[in-house]
Formats: sequence, structure tokens, C-alpha cells
Amino acid sequence: MADHRDGLPQGKKGNLLDRSADEQAVFQDPGLPPHRPRTTDVDSGAAKRAERQVALLFAISIIGSILFFVGYFGVRVDGDIYSVTDSAPTAALRLQNLLLGGGIALGMLGIGVGVVHWARTLMPDHELVEERHDVVTEDQRAEAEQIVGTILDESGIKRRPLIRNTLIGAAVLAPLPFVGLLKDLGPLNLTPLRHTLWDQGVRLVRDPSGTPIKASDVTLGSTFHVLPENLMDLGHEEGYLDQKAKAVVLLMRLDPDIVTVTPGREDWNVDGIFAYSKVCTHVGCPIALYEQHTHHLLCPCHQSTFDLANECEVVFGPASRPLPQLPIQVDDEGYLVARSDFTEPVGPTYSQRVIAVNEMEEENGN
Amino acid sequence: MKALSQKRRHPLALLALLVCALLLTGGLYAVATTTNQAKAAENYTASDVDEGSKLFISNCSTCHGMNGEGSDSGPSLVGVGAASVDFQVSTGRMPMQMQGPQAQVKPAQFNEEQTRQLAAYVASLGAGPEVPDEESLDVSQGDAANGAKVFLANCAMCHNAAGAGGALTRGKYAPSLMGVDEKQIYEAMQTGPQNMPVFNDANITPDEKRDVITYLKTMENNTDPGGFGLGSLGPVSEGLFIWTIGLLIIIGFAVWLTSRSA
Amino acid sequence: MSASTTTQGNTAEYQADTNVGKIANFVDTRVGLSPIIKEFGRKIFPDHWSFMFGEVALYCFIILLLSGTFLAFWFDPTMVTTEYTGSYVPMQGVEMSAAYASSLNISFDIRGGLFLRQLHHWAALLFSVAIMVHMARIFFTGAFRRPRELNWVVGCLLFVMALVAGFSGYSLPDDVLSGNGLRIVDGLARSVPLVGAYISMLIFGGEFPGHGIIGRLYIVHVFIVPMIILALVVVHLFMVVVHKHTQFPGPGRTENNVVGFPVGPVYAAKAGGFFFIVFGVLAAIAATVQINAIWNYGPYDPSPVQAGSQPDWYMLWTDGALRIMPGNWPFTWEWDLFGLVTLPMAILLPIVALTVFIIGMFTWPWIERWVTKDNRVHNILDRPRNAPARTGLGVAAMVYYGVLMIAATGDLIATHFHLAVNDVIYLLRFLFFFGPIIAFIITRRVCLALQRKDREIVLHGRETGRVQQLPHGEFIEVHEPLDEYRRYKLVAFEDNQVLPAQQDAKGKVTGSEKLRGRLSRLFFEDRVAPVTPAELDAAHHEHAHDVHELESAGSSSSGH
Repeated sequence: MADHRDGLPQGKKGNLLDRSADEQAVFQDPGLPPHRPRTTDVDSGAAKRAERQVALLFAISIIGSILFFVGYFGVRVDGDIYSVTDSAPTAALRLQNLLLGGGIALGMLGIGVGVVHWARTLMPDHELVEERHDVVTEDQRAEAEQIVGTILDESGIKRRPLIRNTLIGAAVLAPLPFVGLLKDLGPLNLTPLRHTLWDQGVRLVRDPSGTPIKASDVTLGSTFHVLPENLMDLGHEEGYLDQKAKAVVLLMRLDPDIVTVTPGREDWNVDGIFAYSKVCTHVGCPIALYEQHTHHLLCPCHQSTFDLANECEVVFGPASRPLPQLPIQVDDEGYLVARSDFTEPVGPTYSQRVIAVNEMEEENGN
Repeated sequence: MKALSQKRRHPLALLALLVCALLLTGGLYAVATTTNQAKAAENYTASDVDEGSKLFISNCSTCHGMNGEGSDSGPSLVGVGAASVDFQVSTGRMPMQMQGPQAQVKPAQFNEEQTRQLAAYVASLGAGPEVPDEESLDVSQGDAANGAKVFLANCAMCHNAAGAGGALTRGKYAPSLMGVDEKQIYEAMQTGPQNMPVFNDANITPDEKRDVITYLKTMENNTDPGGFGLGSLGPVSEGLFIWTIGLLIIIGFAVWLTSRSA
Repeated sequence: MSASTTTQGNTAEYQADTNVGKIANFVDTRVGLSPIIKEFGRKIFPDHWSFMFGEVALYCFIILLLSGTFLAFWFDPTMVTTEYTGSYVPMQGVEMSAAYASSLNISFDIRGGLFLRQLHHWAALLFSVAIMVHMARIFFTGAFRRPRELNWVVGCLLFVMALVAGFSGYSLPDDVLSGNGLRIVDGLARSVPLVGAYISMLIFGGEFPGHGIIGRLYIVHVFIVPMIILALVVVHLFMVVVHKHTQFPGPGRTENNVVGFPVGPVYAAKAGGFFFIVFGVLAAIAATVQINAIWNYGPYDPSPVQAGSQPDWYMLWTDGALRIMPGNWPFTWEWDLFGLVTLPMAILLPIVALTVFIIGMFTWPWIERWVTKDNRVHNILDRPRNAPARTGLGVAAMVYYGVLMIAATGDLIATHFHLAVNDVIYLLRFLFFFGPIIAFIITRRVCLALQRKDREIVLHGRETGRVQQLPHGEFIEVHEPLDEYRRYKLVAFEDNQVLPAQQDAKGKVTGSEKLRGRLSRLFFEDRVAPVTPAELDAAHHEHAHDVHELESAGSSSSGH
């Protein structure tokens, strides 16, 4: 009988070198090797021993489950975890975790290893053969085809194209309302991406304490993690994190001799104190690793490196754009304040960014 | 003797040895911390400065200049303060063995007295941060919760959330903070050694510095509650564990399970 | 006559003697248990350790469902701000989301909660490891070939769903580490041309991080993804039953049978026992090795970040792809098109690199079938060495994946091996392009060498290590011929050869056919044919000569 399962015309076997016709060309299957008895098959003492081992393993499982309750009720974790003066509660927690988990581990392993040991040594290990059958036989396929034909015929869907076409149209449209409902998962307004809480006169304050910063506090080599002062009044429900995620700034004093400043930005720093957005222009991780001697900023997520001496040009890594600079000045009381908001959108790139940058430039120009 | 040498090969011997070693280092550590705490804010005498000057000229002047004015191979030390000297010398970073991306920690070359004298000399060159007093290092007065906040905002980006250290650019790195002396942590924040930024008292107040130290000591003094900590390196070491030890155990069981019993 | 009277009047109906028998009989006559037992009771499964990884994945999934259910009892998936009052000192009095606070409570204030968290997380890691190893086994043995192509696709879907399940779960505790992971998701979403920023707004319910993401990830993590995985697992296993398991070549094994052990009792005991073993191993790991110490990271806040920020291992390759892409070398990879659209190619190209891998994975069965024109049913597996080109390609793919994965750990490699992180990345950029090619060439050569070794063993027998001297002074090592069963294992493989480009019906050789011909050459040009009985005979004659000399001189040349 023709073997039609290969889907190729008879005699064609793809790239296979067909040598089945030649008896001398291939080895004949010798059939299953003879069964080799195990020690437990021939030695009743060994079988008895295996039986005892299995029982012992099950007993270990029982002990394990009891151990869990020893840990559960026997170990008391009294007091604070990670207390600076008393490390006993943390140690007790560790012990409890060990006993609870160890108990369950023994409980499970005892059963598992026991059952498998039982199967390997005491259950028959004769290999058996089962015949495979085609996934479908030709008869079944023909029968099924016929049934499908009957169904289609009786439904009349082929004969009545009007019904068929309108049904297709209806079926395509019916799920659309549910796609439409997804629209309100979020507001579709991109203008917030252009603005942060920074504005003219907003004080720079320390993260996390919220205290303002005097220019004299920023000594050479030091760095401040900075938030806008008006963020501190914002409640969590009013978008505190959303605003913080855009407004975080890193502040440091640089040696004026090494810094290049492009024209138009001369008054953005205060005697060598520069403020840059902390949000990476790559995919938005906070850039916070400041090396004071190499004046580099490094992103710990993807190792983008920015050169502070060169207005945060990218010197290594996957970021393509310099970090946006926040223009700053000093107010009457000597505290650092923003001169304005950022002049470009902070954070990772999005398609509409170039439009946003152009429009913001125009606004600032006016 | 024979009995001992036999017992030496006992599997538990290694464990016993480990326990002894741990107790010993723990004891030494306790002694070391108390001696450090005994040393309060410094009042340097003229002879301290004198002795320090001699040590400086013979050990440091090659790079930092005869009067600490600096040279091409070492920065000026005018105004770096006693804290900076105490940190660099007591951690063995200075004197440097060779030029490299950054100075390495190694056994200190000078004893406490000599370090003090060196600090006295450099402090006399120009005003700078002083060696912290005992009170600023007393972790029993610190607030670990505030310390955690300050640490996560200012330090974790380089030193890792668990203080395990991390990489900087071009071969430089932020070292692990576990097992570092309170005073050295304080001085590092104050003086910004190597490429570390300076966290002056206007940025992180002395109380906040103590809180940070408290938080670090809290992490150090408590064991990892979940078991072996895998170096506190996060998901990578966990992934490595499951791909090596975890997978090997599972493969071992699978091979045993599918093999024929003898 | 009604049915009931038939039953009542039918005195011949089976009556069970025992209680168990009675219950079984009751169920059987209501729902028909017998056919199921007939089908599965003595179903045969072949035995090989590498066949167990699918089971490991399944068991991990069950353990994940179990431990996850317990965690859900205490976890609060909301971003409402609360002040922490639990027993972990460094966070006392800190403002945090309810999600993070409840994660801390599970760790420190629910007895056994820490164990459950660790068990769940370790099971998730092993789940994805097992899926990957299982896929590698399927690939390298050619088990994806007809009739199992669709099951390969289902498996690939399971792999992808495991990634989604893992990532959504990793983000739930709302700590700094996972929050920065979500921030990267925001950056990736924004990079999509034209609609990216809107997609990000839809995901986060406004600007990142918003107030909704944890709740949304929660429903994805505990309902949508597990349901999809469950459905796919059912389909996956159904197909395994339909196809029956594959088996390695060997004596008695043919394309039309399956040789192994019956489900009842041996395989049920082994597979059932293995569930408890996997559970026990995971419990032992969770009891002794700490995982994801969220208390160190602090509650999510957009300002802090920590050194060593990495995702769980199964997402490392995506992070690595982002890391090795240079942002402005040799020119800037951020393109402003006509002042209208900004394209961040430094993000889009890594996404392409990942997509190529995923698409290649899904379509491989059809690609291979196109190259080899082999559309036959395969129930006998290939030993990896007997398919050198496929094995080479598989290793090349593993190197590709591995380079990306290692790239995500560049900073840790740098600190632990005292290298510069920049140099590590430069090296990996090189390996990304050349590593897979080198791996392919080396692997294929190794496979061919192993095939030649098999040939040697069949022709000349196994080396015994015994050296003897022939009468004329030559030393030979005595080789022991193989028995016919072992020999069959080494010779029973298919002898593929190059199938050059063919003319189509119009007598023309199309471009794609030429490409196929070239690929076929790449696949099969260097090949080692299985030993034929004629070759073996010839080899035996040669040996017989040596042995004859040895025997005839037996007494004269004694003891060497």
C-alpha cells in the first residue's frame, strides 16, 4: 500500500537517499534486546530491602511534615525585623523559614523519591510496545469531508451569498465596540509630556528631605538629588509620582575651566553649578551615578554615559541625546531656583517629540 | 595526636573550623570597633604635625609634592582635611601601589598613631573636614528608616540597594559597603574619595550621615531572613543559581528516574 | 419495552464485589470511565531523562498556581498610599503603596509568607528554565517535524506567555527595582512609531507611573495569563496524546511503534513521584536561598535607582539587546524624519533583533521543511550529531540569545572579573554578529567528528584498552565488536544529502529555489553516511586477518 503520509508523489523522498530497496544497504532492525533482570527481580532479599527503603522514605516524609509544624509553632519571631540592636528576631525568621521550607521539602521529597524508588525496583521493567496509528485515516477524512459538505449544503450558506456577506460584515463589526472601550484606559493627550513642575522661581529642594539649597552649599565635587519645591505640596492622589517622575534633577558644581557652554545657555548655570534632568533619554531610568573626577554621569540600567563637561553629550551606551539642562539662578535669599521649565520634553523619545521641540522653541522665542 | 589528625578528616571538622574562624573574626571585629570608638574628635599637638610631616615626606611626597601641593601624578592635599587622610590611609588605599582606574583597598601600611600624625600634618596645610567624633558614629542613636531613605536616594545607585557595590565607567567601581568601619563610611561621605561625589554637611547633615551608617549596620548585623543571600546581587545571581545548581539537581533526579535499576 | 425495565430485568449486568468496585461501577455506568482507562491505563511512554523537562515545566506551573493562590490571600494589588507599620524596622513610618506594604507583610508578618514568596519566585524561575531546556531538547532532536509542527507552535506560545507571566509578577510588589523595569517598559512603548506615546498612556492610565498599573498587571498575572497558559497546556498535552511520544532510534524502535513503559503502574508512579520531587527540590531551595529581597529596594519612587538593576533571568536578553546597541555610533541613531516624526532607532533596532529570534523560533519547522523538502512523518528522533547543520544552527541561536542575556549582566561581569564595563560591551557587540557564525561552524564540525567516531566504533568495535603484539612485532589495541543492538543504535539514522535547486513546472529555476538549493548544500554537503552491512563485512575481513595472525601465534608470543 502506498505510504501517502509523506505528502510526496510515490518514490520521491525529498532529499533522502532512498536505499530501502537494497537489502544489503541498510541494517535490519534486530528487535528489542532481551530483558535483563534486576537484582530485585532475582533476589527476594534485595526486593525485601527495597521495600523497606521505600517505607523508610515515606516515613521521612511524615517526619518532614511534622518538622513543618515544629517550625510553625516552635519558633517565635518576637520583635522587629532588621533591628539595629537586636538581631535575634531576624535570625529566628531565617530559622523558621528553614524549618517550614525544609519540612515541606522533606515531606514532598520523601513521597517522590519513595514512589520512584518503588517503581524502579519493584514494579515490572519490561519494555512494552504499542503500535502507532495514523492521525487520521483516509476513510475518516472522506467521511468528515462529506459531513462538512452536508452541513454547508443544509445551511444554504453557499447558495445565499446575501446572508453570507452580511453575516461576515456583522461578525467583523461586532467585536469593535470592545476595542473602542479600551480607549479610556488612559487619556490620549500628549501635552503633559512637554511640561514639568519646574517654572520660573521654583526653588530646588533636596530629595528626600525637601529643604531648599543655597548656592554656597554646593561645593566642588558634591552632588544633590533635587526636586521642585512645589512638588512637596502635591498629594499622592494628585499625581505626586507622575510629576516626580519627570521633574527629578541632579545638581553639581563643575570646575568652570573644563566646561563648554553653548551660546544661549551662558546664564543657565550659577557659577559652575549645573542642573540636569535625571531621566535618561534612552528609556527613562534615573541617571544618578556621578563620577566627580571624570565628570561623567552613568545610567545603571543600560550604562549610557554622559559628559557633564560637554553639556551631557553621550560618550558611551545606547542613549542618543544629551540630558536636558534645567536653567537655574539664585533668588534674593541666596537659594537656587529654576529660571524656567525644561526647554524640551524630558525622558525617552516618542514619535511626536520633534514636533514638540519645535513648538516649544517657538514659544520660548516669543 | 593521632586521634586529632583522624578527626581532622571528619566532615564536621570543616564546619567546626569555620565556626571557630567566624567567632575569631567576630571577636577581632568587636575589639576593632571599640578601639575606633575610643578615638574621639582630634586635638593634634605640634609634635603630631611634626611627625606627620616626616612620614609625609618619606611616603607621600613623590606624588603629592613636598608640601602637599600636588603634582601630575597626585592631587593637591591642601584643604582635603584630616578625614580624607584618615579614610585613604586607614583603608590602605593610600599610599597607592600603582596608578590605575582607582586606588584599591589593601592592608593599611601605617598604624593608628602614624595615620593620626599624617592626618594632623595634612590638616595643618589647610582647613578641611575633620575626623568624625564618637557621637556622630553611634548607631544606637541613629534612625534606620530615615537612613534607608537617604541611602536609597543618594547611595544605592552606585553601591547597590544592599550595599553590595557596583560598576562605574571604564574599570572603576563602587566598592561593597558591608564590613566597612563606621568612621570610614562617614569620612567617605564627607570627603568623596576617588570618583565618589562629596556629600558635605549641607547636603547630608551629620545626623543623616549617622542614619545612613545605622541603616548599613542594620543590614550588616542581621542575617538574610530568607536564607543564603547570593551576594545580594539581585536577579542575575538568582538566575545563575537556578541555571546551575537548580537545573543540575533536577537533571540528576531525571537521570536517576529514567535509568534502569541494577 | 422501556430502558428502565431492560436494566431492571437484565440479570446479567456486572455486579461489583468490593466497595471500591461498586463506586467505580457507579461512576462508570454514569459517565463512562472504562474507555478512558482503556485509552490511558496502559499507554506507553518512552523513557529518557531529556523527556522530563516538559513535565518539570508543568509541575512548576501547578506549584505556581498553588503558591500564588496563597499569596493572593494577603496581597493587596492597589497603589493607594499607606504608612508602613509592620515589623521591618528600616521601612517603619515610610509612605508606600498598599501593594509594597502588603508584600512586606507577607515577607515579615505572615508566618510562612516569606517561604511562600520564595517558593513562588523560585518556581517561576525554574518554570522558564524548564520550558527553555524542553524547547532545546525538542529542537535538537528534531521532534518538531511532522506531525508535531503545531505542537511546536503551541510550545512557543507557552514560552512567550511564561515571559509575560513572569514579568507581570515581578512588577507586582511595586518596589524600586521592578518599578524601574516598568519605567523601561514605558520607554519601549513610547518608541513605537506614531502611536507609541499613546500606547504608554493606555498602559499606565496616563503618564508614567500613574495609579493603575499594579491593578492592571495583577489581573493579567493572576487571571488572563494563567488562563491562557492553562488552555495552551491542555492543547499541548492533547496533541501529545494524539501523536504519542517520540523516541530515540534503537533496536525495536520504528516509526510505527512506541517502546517504553505503561502508564499504569510504572509511568504513573515515576511521573507522579517526579511532581513531588520537583516540589521538594523547589521547597528546599526556597527554604535555604533568598530570592528577590524586596525590602532592600524600598517602595517605588521615580528618583532612586540601584547599581545592578536587572530583570529576572528570562527577561535579561531583552535588557541586553538594549544595552549593546550604540546610541550615536558611528552616527546618531535618533532620526527626525522631515521634522514630523522622531524615530529612536537605538530602541527600535534591538526590538527588531528580539523579534527576529521569536519569529525564527515559531517558523523553524516550516523553514527546515522548505530546505529539506522532507514532509514525512517522523516519530523517531534524530540524535543531535546526526543532524549537524540543525544542531549547529541551534547552538548559533543559543549563542545569539546568550550574548544578549550576558550583555544585560555587563556591569556585574565587569566588577566580578575586574574588567571595564565598556570593554565587556565592545566584546559583546562583536560576538553578537560573529558569535553565532563561529558557533555554527564549530558545532557542525564537532557533530561530524562525533558521527565519524560512531562509524569507527561500528566498523572496528569498541576500544578495550588491551594492547597485544602481533607475531611480526606490531602492537595493536584489541577492539571488541558491538553486539547487534548497540550497533543498530549507531547505524539507524537517515542518510540525507544535498537536494540541488530544481526546475519548476515551467522548467525555470526560481530565485527562492536557488536559495533553497544553496541552503540544502549548507545543510548536507558535508555528511557522514551510516555504515552499511557491506562495509561492516569488509571491515570484519580485515580484523579477521589480524585476529587470525594473533591466534596462530598464540603460544609463541606470550604475555605482553
